[in-house]
Amino acid sequence: MPATPPAKVYLFGTCLVDVFFPQAGIDAISLLEHAGVEAVFPQAQSCCGQPAYSSGYMDEARRVALAQLDCFPEDWPIVVLSGSCGGMMAHHYPKLFAGDAANEARVRRFSERVIEFTDFVVNRLGIALADLGQPEKVVLHTSCAARREMGTLTTGRALLARLAGVELVEQDHESECCGFGGTFAVRHPTISAAMVADKTRAIKACGAPNLVSADCGCLMNINGALQKQGERLQGEHIASFVWRRIGGEA
Amino acid sequence: MNAPQPLHFVPPSFRERVDEAINDDELRGNFRGAMDFLMAKRRSVFDDEAELQALRRLGEHIRRRALSKLPDLLEQLEANCARNGIQVHWAETVDEANAIVHDIAMQSGARQLVKGKSMVSEEMELNHYLEARGIECLESDMGEYIVQLAGEKPSHIIMPAIHKNKAQIARLFESRIAGVDYTEDVDTLIQVGRNVLRRKFYEADIGISGVNFAVAETGTLCLVENEGNGRMSTTVPRVHIAVTGIEKVVEKLVDVAPLYSLLTRSATGQIVTTYLNLISGPRKPGELDGPAAVHLILLDNGRSQAFADEQLRATLQCIRCGACMNHCPVYTRIGGHAYGTVYPGPIGKIISPHLLGLDATRDLPSASSLCGACGEVCPVRIPIPELLVRLREESVRPPEAEPHAVAGQGARYSPGETRLWRLWALLMSRPALYRASTWLAARLRNWLPARIGPWTDYRIAPKPAPKTLHELVKARAAKRS
Repeated sequence: MPATPPAKVYLFGTCLVDVFFPQAGIDAISLLEHAGVEAVFPQAQSCCGQPAYSSGYMDEARRVALAQLDCFPEDWPIVVLSGSCGGMMAHHYPKLFAGDAANEARVRRFSERVIEFTDFVVNRLGIALADLGQPEKVVLHTSCAARREMGTLTTGRALLARLAGVELVEQDHESECCGFGGTFAVRHPTISAAMVADKTRAIKACGAPNLVSADCGCLMNINGALQKQGERLQGEHIASFVWRRIGGEA
Repeated sequence: MNAPQPLHFVPPSFRERVDEAINDDELRGNFRGAMDFLMAKRRSVFDDEAELQALRRLGEHIRRRALSKLPDLLEQLEANCARNGIQVHWAETVDEANAIVHDIAMQSGARQLVKGKSMVSEEMELNHYLEARGIECLESDMGEYIVQLAGEKPSHIIMPAIHKNKAQIARLFESRIAGVDYTEDVDTLIQVGRNVLRRKFYEADIGISGVNFAVAETGTLCLVENEGNGRMSTTVPRVHIAVTGIEKVVEKLVDVAPLYSLLTRSATGQIVTTYLNLISGPRKPGELDGPAAVHLILLDNGRSQAFADEQLRATLQCIRCGACMNHCPVYTRIGGHAYGTVYPGPIGKIISPHLLGLDATRDLPSASSLCGACGEVCPVRIPIPELLVRLREESVRPPEAEPHAVAGQGARYSPGETRLWRLWALLMSRPALYRASTWLAARLRNWLPARIGPWTDYRIAPKPAPKTLHELVKARAAKRS
């Protein structure tokens, strides 16, 4: 059984959720509150710094990372709505500040508090999810960084498995990258396009009417490609899907 | 020392080669099929996850230990090879290495060479170099032979002709080998190749090979192969020349077994290969076969640059299994030739900048989605994605900034782009500024451009939601209080 859930957590929304998928943030907060956990959303948060980091601009990444550190002063878990941002904050922050005497220890303590959303719900929340929806199929996409750094494939599946009426279907080449990769999609558009074309083909082939992910970068890429192809299917954040299934108001 | 020459970096540009590969359906089909097959094979022989991880950690440890004392081990290797009768030569550049081969050929009056598979000789463009000097050098590995016959370069470090299907090889053999009829029967095709090569093994004056592991403790050269051509090349001709990068040294003979196990299983899904040759010197008095002389050429060609940097040194842990290519979604889409370098795929992206400089390889570090598949499968746990990020950092670091760890530093440096990232960091680290800009983006959502560069060639432009999460949270709190 999961440990007793904390009374309060911080929610880190991520910049993409903030601008493109804000309802996912509200649904996540609702879900956490439904489980008796108060989710505090600091208004000073912005972005984890990953875009600069993965582009090689380390000073800029450090500057943005330090700004986030100031937003979460209490010693509560920091629940992150994207696995790859979680990976950045949990695994790459300590490397970014290695050898920086002024910040190293502080960053390490911060990183230890970071937990990805599905991981938190599955492993830290002791609630049963009473699934009120009709039986339906869903396909799960996890971002590469997230599945490798944060284990979101297993926690995402475990979360969906808690919904009695939901059947998880597998896509071909599930572990393969969707081709987003931040600036990669811009610098190498044709390779990225070939990757997302294969990914959308595999997702469509499953025949599931629902696509969920805990990573909005991938969703932006996959949804954009699906829409361009004239498909009705649009992926949503797993928090929104779960919240809807248990009868929560949008 | 001469500046590293981008020997293999031929026009057109990386982007043009990529577009060409992406639009070649037959090529993409060949790679997708081959890589799926190789991934499944590897999975089937690493069926015990705990054993795999333990073996990877051991492999990493062995390689890191060897690299930590590389200069000493190279000296030890040289001394023990010399004791065994192997003549050791040092080459800093590919030109020097080629000249050494040429000298040996001249001294022994050789006109024909036969070569086992060796990526370092590809690095040297040895065939070309010798051909220009009137010496024939024939590839004897079946894949390399096919590629040489087609006038191409290998597209994979383990399976050089993996980009071709059997129909393409059938057409090639029919058109290039006298008296051969078109057939897609694989056994017949292989027999055709063997018949050509048999004669060449017999006639060749010198056999060239690569080295998989060079054992410092015993002065032994280990050669992993499946076709027997490596054994033929190193025993039939009267002279054997082995060429290797300086990083291939291991400390002890016992180090070879786990590395060999990792290598063959990662590369082709084989528990063992047909042959593992351990070469410890020329033919001794009374022995029936083997060459009269064995030479070992130790090539640097930029490797000491990687060695000098604590983080980049991990690049040299590589045992050339090609698993990172087999699992790379980018390699699978574009194939090996698009990279324009001898070593393609993820390992190519991190080693080529040392061999050729970042100027000549400026597009490679960014050509990865950093998905991490390469690092996950690497049998010696090279943190390839981290090294890619590091090389991106070196690419955009101002050319004059210290420390100057990689030749061609700043190849992608642009003052304008740097200013943009500074502006971005300012925006992201000033909460009020950030909120104002995202608020504005939400308000302008219907006026934003429908086309954003190449993104919208394949996707609809993402549209900001009417209100940001910051706003929704604020409104929600206000409603409740």
